[in-house]
Amino acid sequence: MAQTKRDLLVDPLVDNNPITLQVLGICSALAVTSSLQVAFVMALAVTAVTGFSSMFISVLRNQIPGSIRIIVQMVIIASLVIIVDQVLKAYAYEISKTLSVFVGLIITNCIVMGRAEAFAMKNPPIDSFIDGVGNGLGYGALLLVVGFIRELFGAGSLFGITILPTVNNGGWYVPNGMLLLPPSAFFIIGLLIWAVRAWKPEQVENREYKIQVVEDH
Amino acid sequence: MSDTSPQPKGPIGRFLAAPPDSVGKTIFIAVTLCLVASMIVSATSVALRPLQEQNKLKDKQANVLQVAGLYEDGMDVLEGFSVFEPRVVELETGTFTDQFDAATFDDRAAASDPELSVALANDPAGIGRKTKFATVYLLRNEDGSLDKVILPIHGYGLWSTLYGFIALEENGNDIFGLQFYAHGETPGLGAEVDNPRWKSLWSGKKLADDAGDLQITVAKTAPPAGADFHVDALAGATLTSVGVDNLVRFWMGEAGFAPFLENLKSGDI
Repeated sequence: MAQTKRDLLVDPLVDNNPITLQVLGICSALAVTSSLQVAFVMALAVTAVTGFSSMFISVLRNQIPGSIRIIVQMVIIASLVIIVDQVLKAYAYEISKTLSVFVGLIITNCIVMGRAEAFAMKNPPIDSFIDGVGNGLGYGALLLVVGFIRELFGAGSLFGITILPTVNNGGWYVPNGMLLLPPSAFFIIGLLIWAVRAWKPEQVENREYKIQVVEDH
Repeated sequence: MSDTSPQPKGPIGRFLAAPPDSVGKTIFIAVTLCLVASMIVSATSVALRPLQEQNKLKDKQANVLQVAGLYEDGMDVLEGFSVFEPRVVELETGTFTDQFDAATFDDRAAASDPELSVALANDPAGIGRKTKFATVYLLRNEDGSLDKVILPIHGYGLWSTLYGFIALEENGNDIFGLQFYAHGETPGLGAEVDNPRWKSLWSGKKLADDAGDLQITVAKTAPPAGADFHVDALAGATLTSVGVDNLVRFWMGEAGFAPFLENLKSGDI
C-alpha cells in the first residue's frame, strides 16, 4: 500500500474531498444543508454507510462476480441505508421527520458507489472501512460548512439556537431567505471549490480544450 | 494480499476458489446476498417497529397537548395526554360512534380504507379520499363540562400534505389554536406554519359569523367579514397559505366537522 491508514482517513477531508475535488454528492448537499442539525445527522449517516458498505464489499470482493458487481454493491448499500433510516426513526424521530427522504437517497449518493467501485473492490476490508469513513467525513465536513453559512444567515441560528434574532421574532436581523432554498447551496459550494482550489492550486483540473491562436491574414 | 489458498480443501474451499464469473457462482452469490440482506433488513425493521410506533404516537399526543396549550418542555407526554377524552366522530351525522376504539382508531389508515372513506369529487384540500370517521379529543373542565375540543385536519400545501390539529373553545366557533405535526413545506418559507408567532395569530379567531356562514380566511388582507375571521398569510409562502386556508375551510365546512360543531353548539354533545 502506497497510502498509510492515516492518509486514507485524512486525505478526503481537504486534499481529495469528495465534494470539492471529485464534485460528487452535490445533490444531497443542496438538500440537507439548510440547517446544521440536519446536516450533522446526514453526515453521520453517510459516514456510517460509506464506511460499512466499503468494508462489506471489500470482504466479498474476491467472490463478487464481475458481471453483477454493481448490483451486489447496490444491495449491500441499500440494506445499510434502510437500517440507518430505521434506526433514525426509532432513536431520533424528530430529525428523521425532515431527513427520511434524503436518507433514502444515500443509496444513490455517488460517493458511496464511487468508494465501493474505486477502492473497496481492490483493497482489504480495514483499509476500505477507513477510506469509506474518511470520505464520509470529507462529505460531512463540507455539509457542516455549508450548513453553518446557510443556517446562520438564512435563519439567524445555529443548531436551532438563535444567534442573530430575526425580525420575524422581534429582533433586528433580516434573514436572507434565499439561503434557505437549495440553489444557495450551489453558490456556496461553488465559492468553496474556488477557495479550496485557490489555496491548493494542484486541485485545479486541466483544461479540456486549448485556445488556438488563429493567425491574421 | 491474495485471499486464495494454493490448495483448496473440501467443497467449500473449492467453491470459494472457483472463478467468481462462472454462471453457477454468479447465481449463488446473487441469491445468497439477497437472502442475507433481506433477512437483516427485516430483522432490523421488526426489532425497531415498537419504538417507532411509540415515537409516532408520542409525537401526535405531544401535538394535541401543544395545540390545547397544555404542553410544557420535558413533561411526561403520556401522562399529560390522559386528560383528553378521545372519541370517534362519524363526520356525516356529526355524532359520536362507539363502533371503534377511540384510543387505537387510526384516521390516516381509515382515509385510505375503501370501507371507511369516500372519494371526494369536490376536493379543495387536495386529499383525494376523506375518512368517514375521525378521532377528536375532548378536554373537560373539572365539573365535567366541555372546555375545548381538538379536531384533526389535513390537506395539501405546496409540496406535501400538512397534518395538524385545530383546537376550538366549547362553543365550537372560537379558535384556541392550530398546529401542524407533519408536513414537508419549504424550510424558512412554508415551514413557517410552525413559527410560534404565526400559530399564535389563530388564537381568538372565529370560524363562522353570526349568520352561521363559515368566514375564517388565511389571506394577506382582511376579508369583508372582518378581522375576527382573518389570519395573516405567511410572507413568501403563498401556496402553503392557500393550502392552509383551503384545508381549514374544508374541514370546518359541511364536508368536514360542521355537523359535529352544529351538534356541539346545540348542546347535544
